[in-house]
Amino acid sequence: MSIDILMPALSPTMEEGTLSKWLVKEGDKVVSGDLIAEIETDKATMEVEAIDDGVIGKILVNEGQEAIKVNVPIAILLLDGEDITDLNTELHEEKNDNKSIEKETIFETKLEDNEDNIVSSPEPVLNSEQKKEFLDTNNKRIFITPLAKRIAKQRDIDISLLNGSGPNGRILKIDVEKFNDNKNVKNINIASPENFELVKNSAMRKTIADRLVKSKNEAPHFYLSIDCNIDELLNIRSVLNSKAKDKYKISVNDMIIKASSAALTKVPKANASWENENTKYFKTTDISVAVAIEGGLITPIIKDVQSKGLLEISKDMKSLADKAKSGKLLPEEYVGGSFSISNLGMYGIKEFSAVINPPQGCILAVGSGEKRPVVIKEQIIIATIMTVTLSCDHRVVDGAVGAELLSEFKNFIENPSLMLL
Amino acid sequence: MTKNDYDLIVIGGGPGGYVAAIKASQLGMSVALVEDKHLGGICLNWGCIPTKALLRASEIRHMLDNVGEFGFTISNIKMDINNITKRSRKVAAQLSGGISHLLKKNKVHVFEGFGYLDKGTVDSKIIIIKTEKEIIRKKAQNVIIATGARSRNLPFVSSDGINIWDYKTAMTPPKLPSSLIIIGSGAIGMEFASFYNDLGVNVTVVEALPSILPNEDEDISKIVENNFKKRGMNIKTNATLKSVKTLDKSVSAEVSVNGKIEKINSEKLILAIGIIANTENLGLNNYNIKIDKGHIITNKWLETDEKGIYAIGDVTAGPWLAHKASHEGILCVEKIAGHKNLRPIDKNSIPGCTYCRPQVASIGLTEKNAMSQNLNIKVGKFPFIGNGKAIALGDSEGMIKTIFNKDTGELIGAHMVGPEVTELIQGFSIAKKLETTEQELMHTIFPHPTLSESMHESVLDAYNQAIHY
Repeated sequence: MSIDILMPALSPTMEEGTLSKWLVKEGDKVVSGDLIAEIETDKATMEVEAIDDGVIGKILVNEGQEAIKVNVPIAILLLDGEDITDLNTELHEEKNDNKSIEKETIFETKLEDNEDNIVSSPEPVLNSEQKKEFLDTNNKRIFITPLAKRIAKQRDIDISLLNGSGPNGRILKIDVEKFNDNKNVKNINIASPENFELVKNSAMRKTIADRLVKSKNEAPHFYLSIDCNIDELLNIRSVLNSKAKDKYKISVNDMIIKASSAALTKVPKANASWENENTKYFKTTDISVAVAIEGGLITPIIKDVQSKGLLEISKDMKSLADKAKSGKLLPEEYVGGSFSISNLGMYGIKEFSAVINPPQGCILAVGSGEKRPVVIKEQIIIATIMTVTLSCDHRVVDGAVGAELLSEFKNFIENPSLMLL
Repeated sequence: MTKNDYDLIVIGGGPGGYVAAIKASQLGMSVALVEDKHLGGICLNWGCIPTKALLRASEIRHMLDNVGEFGFTISNIKMDINNITKRSRKVAAQLSGGISHLLKKNKVHVFEGFGYLDKGTVDSKIIIIKTEKEIIRKKAQNVIIATGARSRNLPFVSSDGINIWDYKTAMTPPKLPSSLIIIGSGAIGMEFASFYNDLGVNVTVVEALPSILPNEDEDISKIVENNFKKRGMNIKTNATLKSVKTLDKSVSAEVSVNGKIEKINSEKLILAIGIIANTENLGLNNYNIKIDKGHIITNKWLETDEKGIYAIGDVTAGPWLAHKASHEGILCVEKIAGHKNLRPIDKNSIPGCTYCRPQVASIGLTEKNAMSQNLNIKVGKFPFIGNGKAIALGDSEGMIKTIFNKDTGELIGAHMVGPEVTELIQGFSIAKKLETTEQELMHTIFPHPTLSESMHESVLDAYNQAIHY
């Protein structure tokens, strides 16, 4: 009996994913624990491991296939001594099995003494693979001639990208043949293709697009900026790091994370998110930190920052950033969070405003620390100043609340020892 | 801007022209049709239809000759060629009258006369119509030239209507000749050969190419050739006519067969060596209309190089078939009407039929054509001898051949010879139009017992799954 390798759920909420790469091919031997495929969800790429020893008998989904539902078979593993012919008969038998199973659930008792009875199912049930052949992304039926469908399949062309020129938009052979093999082009006549290159949007890019559009469309943003003198913070940082003996290295950003958490704890009204019927006030400060990665960005979460010291924050941050850059973040490491920080200081950006990471209520945009002339006690002196800008969702955070949060933040940044309290 | 008399004037009332005129009127255009001789054109008056009436008679003759097989004894069968041709003419007349009625019903203004183009403007083309009584001048925004074609003569021999026949004389012979030479073995030549042979005439077929029905698949041609030879026809392939001497009551033809000159004497001779387009005196030089090898050049929408002037049917590039002309008529009118999503004619999807006995029908590429295009193919063959209905009919000679693209399963050709195959071929036409693969054809349920089951079996055979062969 062969074993179906199913599309894994990489997180409790995952419903579907993209099979971004097969690491094995049909006929390859695998032992339990071998990596067999890479699955891309909206944010992470994860590897799928073989759970049994055997030979990859059949690969059921193509590389790059999107929206594969969790628990749909993606490959078939042949166990010891089986070969492909076993598989074919099995596939056939399996169909019948399914039918009898369906029947069993309906006629539980009756079937017991009539097990061999194979009853045809009342109407053919399309599996998700078959459905995908006929449905486009909006679940609208795609009309295509059998010949066109076959040629598209042979050339690995996604038929949902084709424009049908037949009656009622039916896709004909000629439409498939005309289709530029560049699979990403819905309308190839837009301009001369020499002037640009089309790169298929990854699941991550699409998620970024969806979430940020949603944020800008739904969350009424307003922005508050404040200058923070970070000389004292820099002093403390160098003292801490001088004792590190290369065991750790606290960054300014780690301290900003800590200061944000401390400020949110003081102004819990700002640690909130909008949920239409309710406003959700978080009891912990889980800080999402934007990390630029290949092809986009991701916001891993440092959880319970209120109960963590700088060392722990620093270690967490480093580990999460590494995972993020290698695409290995687990969904629970980036889904959630109560507040976000985006820091572009290392690029010399003086100040900027960020788009809120929904459904959170605020995001803090951190500029670079630079030496500026400031007036202190009627004297112009040189201080290291960092400008931060808080973007607030006005549905949950009003101007005064935002201002209070920002002023607390400034207080902690300029008097870092307060964070010890 | 000049006011036009019509949105569209169609010159020629054959199966291309009259269909275009009716369609245009149905789409709301004001339409005139100019016809010089007879509505319905050659097809209806001197081609497709009357020859089918004649062939029906020769089929009956064949049946009568073989009734013994079915348990009948008939003696004293008499045949009158004049009654046979009379019926054929009656059939043509009945249909021509029908066309006249259809045009009237669809408010197409019909002019009986010779129409030609005079110098006009881009928006207003001028058509001069010479009728018996007068010369009429009409303006139209669009013109469709559908003037058809006529049979071709050779430089050294032209039909005289007495001993050297053209199709008209061949359709209305004053009496049956004892012997007949037919030059050319295309559809027209083969239909006359079959007709006259069945009526007892000694027939010789002369074909310049290596096989008769040279456009058909070789396997099909071979079966027809064997059948014709069995029936006593004299088939000469690789044979070119060198000269014809007209004697008092017969002809003497010199034919070069494989390089050797043979003399064939016969009472009559039919020239069936193709057609030439009717492009003369149409005033084509008043507009930017170009001709290639005698036929008007059009784009894929049937428009000539002159905007607003179209050409359809036999006056344009082949295949020269009535149904192709009609389809072009519809297509070009829809183009004029600004319809979207039109599809130009795919010449590989035009079926062709020859109504000799046994009948021949085909669509798409022959095996040889497919090979020469380096297509990877699968070929299925099924003989009618394996078909119950054909055996019951007592008509089991012939076969169905199907050709598929091995890589894609596309049906790229179907070739049939045998009983009623001219009625069967449409099944494969639809299959091609709907772009079915072998799978859909295999899974189609064909009724039993019918000749059409052979189509199914041929498809199955292409994939080594035939049941009855």
